[in-house]
Amino acid sequence: MTVAARLRAPGWYRAMLSVPLGIGFAFALVVPLRALSHYKPVVDGDAITTVALISTPLAFLIGIGCFDYWFRWASGAPTVPEDHSGHGARSWRDYFRVNTDHKVIGIQYIVTTFVFFIAGGIMAMLMRAELAAPGEQFVDSNTFNGLFSVHASLMIFLFIIPVFAGIANYVLPLMIGAPDMAFPRLNALSFWMLPMAGILMLASFFAPGGAFNTGWTSYAPLSVDMPLGQTFFNVAVQFAGASSVATALNFLVTIVTMRAPGMTFWRMPLLVWANFTTSLLVVIATPFIAGSQFMVLLDRALHTDFFNAANGGDVIMYQHVFWFYSHPAVYIMMLPGFGIISEVISTNARKPIFGYRMMAFSLMAIVILGFTVWAHHMFVSGMFPWLRVPMMITTMLIAVPTGIKIFSWLATLWRGVIHLRTPMLFALGFITMFTLGGISGVMLAVIPVDIHVSDTYFVVAHIHYVLFGGSVFTIFAGIYHWFPKMTGRMYDETLGKVHFWLSFVFFNLTFGPMHLVGIDGMPRRVADYAQHFAFWNAFISVSSFFFGMSLLVFLYNIVTSWRHGPKAVANPWRAHTLEWQVSSPPPIFNFDEVPTVVGGPYEYGVPGAVHGVFKEKPAVKEPAVAAD
Amino acid sequence: MLAIGAVASVVGVAIALSIDWFPTRAAAKVNEIDTLYRVLLSVSVPIFVLVMTVAIYSVVKFRARPGDMSDGAPIHGSTRLEVIWVTIPFLLVTGLAIYGWVVLNDVEAKQQGETVVKVRGQQFTWHFQYPGPNGKTVDSDVLYLARDQPYKFEITTSDVIHSFWVPEFRLKQDAVPGQTTHVRITPDRVGTYAVVCAELCGLGHATMRNTVRVVEPNQFKAWLEQQARGAAATAGGGAAPGGGAAAGKQVFTSNGCGACHTLADAGTSGTTGPKLDDIAAAAAKFGKQRGLTAAKYVKQSIEDPTAFVVPGYPPVMPSFKGRVQGAELDALVEYLLSVSGGKGGSG
Ligand code: HEM
Ligand SMILES: [Cu+2]
Ligand SMILES: [Cu+2]
Repeated sequence: MTVAARLRAPGWYRAMLSVPLGIGFAFALVVPLRALSHYKPVVDGDAITTVALISTPLAFLIGIGCFDYWFRWASGAPTVPEDHSGHGARSWRDYFRVNTDHKVIGIQYIVTTFVFFIAGGIMAMLMRAELAAPGEQFVDSNTFNGLFSVHASLMIFLFIIPVFAGIANYVLPLMIGAPDMAFPRLNALSFWMLPMAGILMLASFFAPGGAFNTGWTSYAPLSVDMPLGQTFFNVAVQFAGASSVATALNFLVTIVTMRAPGMTFWRMPLLVWANFTTSLLVVIATPFIAGSQFMVLLDRALHTDFFNAANGGDVIMYQHVFWFYSHPAVYIMMLPGFGIISEVISTNARKPIFGYRMMAFSLMAIVILGFTVWAHHMFVSGMFPWLRVPMMITTMLIAVPTGIKIFSWLATLWRGVIHLRTPMLFALGFITMFTLGGISGVMLAVIPVDIHVSDTYFVVAHIHYVLFGGSVFTIFAGIYHWFPKMTGRMYDETLGKVHFWLSFVFFNLTFGPMHLVGIDGMPRRVADYAQHFAFWNAFISVSSFFFGMSLLVFLYNIVTSWRHGPKAVANPWRAHTLEWQVSSPPPIFNFDEVPTVVGGPYEYGVPGAVHGVFKEKPAVKEPAVAAD
Repeated sequence: MLAIGAVASVVGVAIALSIDWFPTRAAAKVNEIDTLYRVLLSVSVPIFVLVMTVAIYSVVKFRARPGDMSDGAPIHGSTRLEVIWVTIPFLLVTGLAIYGWVVLNDVEAKQQGETVVKVRGQQFTWHFQYPGPNGKTVDSDVLYLARDQPYKFEITTSDVIHSFWVPEFRLKQDAVPGQTTHVRITPDRVGTYAVVCAELCGLGHATMRNTVRVVEPNQFKAWLEQQARGAAATAGGGAAPGGGAAAGKQVFTSNGCGACHTLADAGTSGTTGPKLDDIAAAAAKFGKQRGLTAAKYVKQSIEDPTAFVVPGYPPVMPSFKGRVQGAELDALVEYLLSVSGGKGGSG
């Protein structure tokens, strides 16, 4: 290709050209406008950066080719006919371009989010190093505040939420017997918006004044007053949020319209139910956080007064809008995990899920109740006091559908034939750790207890029990479970078990004692603390370093197994769901023949039962080779 | 299995209750909150033990033998069990919610003979104001409280959100811009505690602590009267005698400057902002570059901190314009230049 042709074709060359254009656009917009309005100085770094933070990622997305098809179509130009060159991956290079294959996008998502997981993990290690002893050791308070803010934001917006979207992207179309997602080009755009958000958050460390440092909650008016780094957060959240909403719409349409013949709603695997309900949450809730961050951005950039109490602004309103997203967000970070656990437990216990319909109903109940509890984060905020008791009651009621799930999983284990493979260990670890997180959650819902422990390490312990012992354990379970399907190779079972036991033990040693120091009066988000918390903090820090090391075992296992692991058969776990009835990895359009679904997804032990058939023949039957 | 579970639950509850979870109890009704927590624990531990027992028992009992390719029993559910595990948790959480509500109403109830203390949060310190003798008010940066006297704290803030919390009293309340919030506490144990800011409020958040002294009522009365007299003396005479410097030190400490700045004379050691031990020399240098006198430079740094930021430091200092002004500001500037100039001059 000639240079000119390269620069015109979608891809990295064009992106490298469009990025400077995006920055130039910010200059061209801001400088004349300021000159016309007689603002001094005319060339203002903060103002230009604010616009550039929005225009440059958009320019990159245009350059790399996310919009080509739509632009041509919208302008009436002939669209490039779909020759399937955007589909599938033949070499590693295919993962670095706009690709419309849901399997490629799934892998792009998972690998990218794990990169941000590692970045956030390194920040956690730095924080624990600082907190190992009272006083200031490694970082000053500005850096520390930046570390916990970026750590939490990366973990939430760039790891847990999107990695679930990545796993579902790969698995869900296969599970429902579809050739791809409903909107493959939108799917590609959703993925490419993610690195934009993550890079903005990381880049904020280079802003004058340091990274955004008001926590992932970014409460106004503090976030309005803080230096430029805060703007990076405001904008990054928009990209991450747009990505979530687009993916959720895609899942909803895919699930509603693209199920294989015979797959009624009551024959869908629970992972599909879980992503259906999660997507409802995402679509309804995410616009609220987008709104809250836009208002902060406008207060910062254009000096509106949404959160300026002196001019009639309302700072409590920020918290209401923020938590109206961010409480449902905790279920966005949990429901897909529930789906993974159901798949892993029924497959590895070789039993039907106990109370399948109740499992689906309880997901729906959580979606509805999840929107009625946001103000339990605001019991000490000074909001209208009457709202507290109703919110306490609804919050505690969520324990009921959550309990249904835990008890149903336990009953699924009962009289099963349990194979303790790595994903199953993580599933069992999840059940116990998540129960603890749920219990501390109920305690936090009881207002008089919450008034004492809110904003303390008790809350830090709680979020990590639900997010790490909960969500992240389900993510590990899912990655191990579908590793053979995604890569066509088997992971190393021994290393997997070592990874599980190291994580399980050091997770508890790290986060368990945080309950104690929290109740005893140690506030969260502090770089320094009173002398009498020194012992437990040193203990926690040492445990956390071992905990961090356990991740290296995982990474080593994944990387070496992906390259040299033994080849995987189509169905190493002898599971019934459709994704296991095709080769590992699956053919480019998933199913060479469209399957017909004739029964439930988990009919283990029912003589002769099958979930899907190809041309009225039972799906592939082959000897299982996987070890336990 | 039932027996193992029951024994484990009892042991678990016993361990949970034997842990001394809370800080010292120093206010009336604290017991109710601690008891509520212990009840929650005693209900939770058996639930956790139940989950663990079933999980571990199943794994041990139903584990696949090597080479076992069979399936488990095709059980799809049991309506009876499902009704049970919907009903029991429902009743449990409803009961606990009602109990929590009762405790909430009680700890927040209005008390007879309340004294109102005004609390104001500011980056990064607290200010307290008491009704003094004969209609005057008394200001303090130490929270003096009389034992067994019911208080209503009226909480405000001059900048961002803070949260007023004394762990020994258990109660916590945010200070919200544009709003007055309140919390009711009756301290009942003599001692020294700390007001901890619990809501992230900026760089000095971790150091936003003020002392609380709960004393006997007669000591409190004596303290209040002495404060009222002292306040009258300074209020009448403008800036404190002995020049602005002594008053300036007071302004420096009470505005929480030390959270971010080291100043040997005031005994502070913050490191977020530049050291002020040699501000006189620095102010002369930077001031000259910008055509300002040293005093003007220091004044500008306080009122408009981002106008010039010392290289190597983040532009994060809040503006104190309108918070420190007039004679106070002059005294503060004089104080800073005098304590640092003295050293710089002789050394
Ligand atoms: C080795 C693993 C981890 C360690 C040692 C760790 C440690 C920490 C620490 C020290 C804080 C700051 C607490 C404070 O001062 O408020 C924190 C906050 C937080 N972390 Fe982690 N973390 C880890 C993994 C995770 C993961 C996997 C997630 C998410 C899934 C996560 C989510 C959060 C959240 C949401 C916060 C709250 C931030 C806030 O206060 O706004 N963390 N973590
Ligand atoms: Cu919540
Ligand atoms: Cu604070």
